Parts: sequence; structure tokens; C-alpha cells
Amino acid sequence: MASESPARMRRAGAFDIRLIISLLTGVYGVVLTIMGIAFTDDAELEKAAGVNINLWAGIGLLVFTALMVLWAVVRPIRVPVSEGDETPAG
Amino acid sequence: MPVLAAANLRLDAHAIDYVLLAFYFVLVLGIGYLARKQVSSSIDFFLSGRSLPAWVTGLAFISANLGAIEVMGMSANGAQYGLPTAHYFWIGAIPAMLFLGVVMMPFYYGSKVRSVPEFMRRRFGTGAHLTNGISFALAQILIAGANLYLLASVVNLLLGWPIWVSIVIAAVIVLAYTALGGLSAAIYNEVLQFFVIVAALVPLTIVGLYKVGGWDGLVDKVTGGPGGAAQLDSWPGNQLTGFTDNFLSVLGLVFGLGFVLSFGYWTTNFVEVQRAMASKSMSAAQRTPIIGAFPKMLIPFIVIIPGMIAAVTVTELQGENKQALIDGGSAPSGATFNDALLLLMRDLLPNGVLGVAIAGLLASFMAGMAANLSSFNTVFTYDIWQAYIKKDKPDGYYLKMGRWVTAGATILAIGTAAIASQYSNLMDYLQQLFSFFNAPLFATFILGMFWKRMTPAAAWIGLLSGTASAIVVFLLAETGVWDLPGQGASFIGAGAAFVVDIVVSVAVSTVSKPREAAELTGLVYSLTPRESLKRSTTGEDAGWYRNPGLLAGIVLVITIALNIAF
Repeated sequence: MASESPARMRRAGAFDIRLIISLLTGVYGVVLTIMGIAFTDDAELEKAAGVNINLWAGIGLLVFTALMVLWAVVRPIRVPVSEGDETPAG
Repeated sequence: MPVLAAANLRLDAHAIDYVLLAFYFVLVLGIGYLARKQVSSSIDFFLSGRSLPAWVTGLAFISANLGAIEVMGMSANGAQYGLPTAHYFWIGAIPAMLFLGVVMMPFYYGSKVRSVPEFMRRRFGTGAHLTNGISFALAQILIAGANLYLLASVVNLLLGWPIWVSIVIAAVIVLAYTALGGLSAAIYNEVLQFFVIVAALVPLTIVGLYKVGGWDGLVDKVTGGPGGAAQLDSWPGNQLTGFTDNFLSVLGLVFGLGFVLSFGYWTTNFVEVQRAMASKSMSAAQRTPIIGAFPKMLIPFIVIIPGMIAAVTVTELQGENKQALIDGGSAPSGATFNDALLLLMRDLLPNGVLGVAIAGLLASFMAGMAANLSSFNTVFTYDIWQAYIKKDKPDGYYLKMGRWVTAGATILAIGTAAIASQYSNLMDYLQQLFSFFNAPLFATFILGMFWKRMTPAAAWIGLLSGTASAIVVFLLAETGVWDLPGQGASFIGAGAAFVVDIVVSVAVSTVSKPREAAELTGLVYSLTPRESLKRSTTGEDAGWYRNPGLLAGIVLVITIALNIAF
């Protein structure tokens, strides 16, 4: 990474924002799910109109995370070696 | 500027909420650090090296606009006016975003200009360029300061931190990642922010709907409350426009909001256009606003509906309080509609999701400010410094300059935040003033892009007289000479600016000298070879689902369906 070649090599997207988003939503999902299962008392359930929103939001975030990771794995970022170098789609 | 009232907004945040919040900020700074490795030239810093994929720039495109002022302001409007608020999204954004992608982006991206003012300069020369560049730069500093102050006052209300502590911490974090990673860091953080906001608002909406007894329960409560059933249909929106006549109200919405205000904002505001310019190909640049339009259509449901729910369930806002606020008075409880979202969060969210919601709110303030800074430093460095002060320095000079400008702008923003905290009315008027500069811009751009005869003199005289007519309408409405309640005044002001700009520009063009045709290649439709407006359809731009025109058609159909349904 440190050596930037003079041939104007584009490193854009060399780190994948999809994985960072997944990291955030994944951690949030795990924390909320655990909160929902173990640490949500009746007063809090009452507050949220009887919905265990921590649990459901947690599960929702985990499903989203799985899809995001799947996308990043199935379609990884290709870094063009030089300008005009076409990377085949698919 | 929203006035957050004395109502008790202190949230019961626990350690776990702070942990979730802190984790978000670690990632925000991490993105700044990672993005720095990609910055090796000024184009990398100011335009992300024109290398980002369309879904990233598309989400950043709407995220840059989905600041907390927008989120809190639109849920406040939802509480006050109900579903007609959706017009700010459907008619007030979607058509303009599609137009930008399909019609205007080929000129912006194809001419390889680095900013919207730079386009102005190449098309019309110095006069219009300076008017546009300087008013834009000043407005960004002002808005960045307003964002910063609002962030601090919200944090103060929610968590009890002193205002100055939050201002400085937030400014330092934003400065750290925008100065390190430039536009890429700002854009990646906007994408991250988009998902945090959605993760915060979707649970709030779901719980809120459970609370009022589902959609039917909400319909019953809103119909029975102040404002009545008119708040459940987006058309004709009389309460929103302030017109009693249905026809005038629809006309005001379509022409004032839908045409002039929104086209002026979405197609010429560099904060938005910069995101599209950062994408990696003509096709991706065209798709940027169109991809952004998909979530933009749906955001009303997680912003406006919580506002409506708050207005019928939250003790401080419902019943006589809502009635008093609609009548323009102050509520007996002391709350205002601007508190709607915060009060609903306080009432409904348990610890855990509450932390996500706080992170989402703070994220949107900071992303808003970062968007202001990253567009300011580009315009200042390229359009003011490089164009008029230090012309022929090596690229590395401007890259370094960009970092220093970011730091300077942050300090200025802290200054404007201080002004905002003392004179909130003054800030309102200043923001109003800059919105006057925006009103006629679209007229000048669209005329300049399609009429080669339009002259440089026409551009700046048109801009100034358009701005002046918007100010006149504003003053007439403000002093009560012309009675225009609600949002009607700003719709008519923008409309007047547009018409006057066109008329004056055409008149001046007939008596002044146009530029040589050779200078306008790539800038004016009839003088641009069709080849340079074409997008590639191979490689990563191939496939029907990457066709901007087709995508725009899909968005349009869904938007019309939404308007019929609601």
C-alpha cells in the first residue's frame, strides 16, 4: 500500500466500505439481540408498546449484515491495473 | 433554526448506549484513516479521484442532504402538516434528481469541470463565477456552523453535556476525517450514516405504529385530532402551502416547490453535484442521483410518520398542544414540533435501540457538516484560490492547501456556531439570504446549457435581478403588504426569481456579445459533439439495470403510484 506506483494506479475502493458497514451493523445487531433476549425487562417492554424492539431490531440488523457480507463476497472490488484496462463484468 | 424548548427531553441513556455510540465514532475515524491512503493528488482529495461506484455516490448523494436539520425538520413538518410533507421528497426532490441524472450530468461530468462554479466560469466567465463561488462558499460555512450548534444543543438536551464541549469534540472529529481522507472519507461516512439513520428510524416507526394501533389507529387519531383528515392525503396540501384555494395550492406545490425550488437546489448545489462528480464513469455519474432517488422516495415513511405519531401520542404535543402550535402560538407544555422526534424516542425506545438512535442523530449532524466542509474546501481551493490568487502551482500545493482550508473552515464554523448560539434570528435571516442566491441559479444554468446565444453579461445581470426579485417577494410577505401564510411565500419568491432571471437574461443577451462558439464546446448542448455526452455501455456500465434512462423511468412510475396511494 505504501508504494504508490507512478503509473497512476487507482486504488479506489481498495478497502471495501461494504465490510465496514457490515462491521457496524453486525456489532449493533449482536448487542441488540443479546439485550433483547437477556436484558429487556417488563417496564421496557411496556414502554415500547409490548414489542421487544431490541430483539427484532437486532435480528433485522443481523440479516442485513449477512446480505451485505454476501454481496461483498460474491462481487469483490476489482482494482484496475491501469487506465483503459477493462475488467470483464460478471 | 429549530428552537428546542424547555420540555423535558433528557434521555435515560445507559452505559450500553454510550458503548454503541462510541463504536460508531471509532469506525468514523477509521474510515478517515483508511481513506487517507488513497489520497495522492488534489483530484483524489477533492473529487475522490473520480473513482467511486454509483451505489456509494448515490447513497452519499441523498445522505449529504439527510442531515439532522432535515430529519428533525421534516418530522416536525410531519407532526404539523401530516402526509403533505411528503411533497418535499416526492415532488420537491425526485423529478429534479432524475433531471440532473438524465439531462444535466452529461455536461457536468463530460466537461470534466471540478465544481459547479467552475462550470459557471467556463460558460460565462468571471462575473457569474464569482457571484456563484463566493455566495456558495459563505453559505457552506454558515450552514456548517448551524449544524454544529444544533448538534451541540441536541446533545445538551439529550445527554446533558455542556454546549461548548460538544461543539469542539464534534468539530475535531469531522476535521480529523475530512482533512485526512478528503471527499472519500466524507462520502464513505455519509454512506455509513445512511444505514445508521435507517437502523434508528425504522424501529422507531414500527414501535410507534404498534403504539397507535397500526395504520388504522393512526388514521383514527389524526382524523379526530387538530388538523383533521386533510393531514392524511398528500394532495392538495392547503395547510402546508397556506393557500385556501385547492387549485392555487396544487399550483404552488407543482411550480414553486416542485419546479423552481427543488430544481434550483438539486441540480446546481455543489454539495450534491460533487457526489456525482466523484463517481467513476459517465454512466455512474448519471446513475448517482437516480439511485439516490430510490431511498429518497421511501424516507418520508420513516421520517414523517414518526412525526405524525408523535403529534397524536406524545403528551406534550397532542390535543390542545397540537392545536395551539398549528395556530401559531406556543403549546401549554412548552414543547415545539421540532421536538417531535426526540420526544417519541424518549417515550418509546428502550436502552440499546436508544443508543443506535442517538448515534443516528449525531451521525446525521456530523455528516451534514462534513458535506459542507468538503464542498467548501473544493470551491475555495479550485475556484477562488487557484482561479484568482495563486494560479500555477504544482498539484501538491493545492492538495496541501485543501487540508489547511479544511482546518480554517472548521475554525470559522465554530465561530458561526457561536454566532448562532447568540443570535438565532440573525442566522435564520442569513440562511434565507443565501437561499435567495440559489433561487435563480437553475434558470441561468438551464438557459446557458441549451441556448448558445446567452452572454456572460446576461448571466450575472440575470442572477442579480432574479435574486433581487426573490428578496422583494420575501420583504412584501414579511412586512404584511402581501398576505402569504405558510410556505407560500417562499414558493412564490422562487417562482418570481426564476421568471425574472429568464426574462432579464434573454433581454440582456440580445444586446450584448456572446462568447465564441469554440469556447463553449462541451458546455452548450448544440455545440457539443454527441460522442462526448455518451456514456459507455460496456464492462461495469453494461446491463439494463445500469441504464440511467430506464432507472429514471422506474423511479417516476413508483413516485406517481405513491402520490396516488397517499
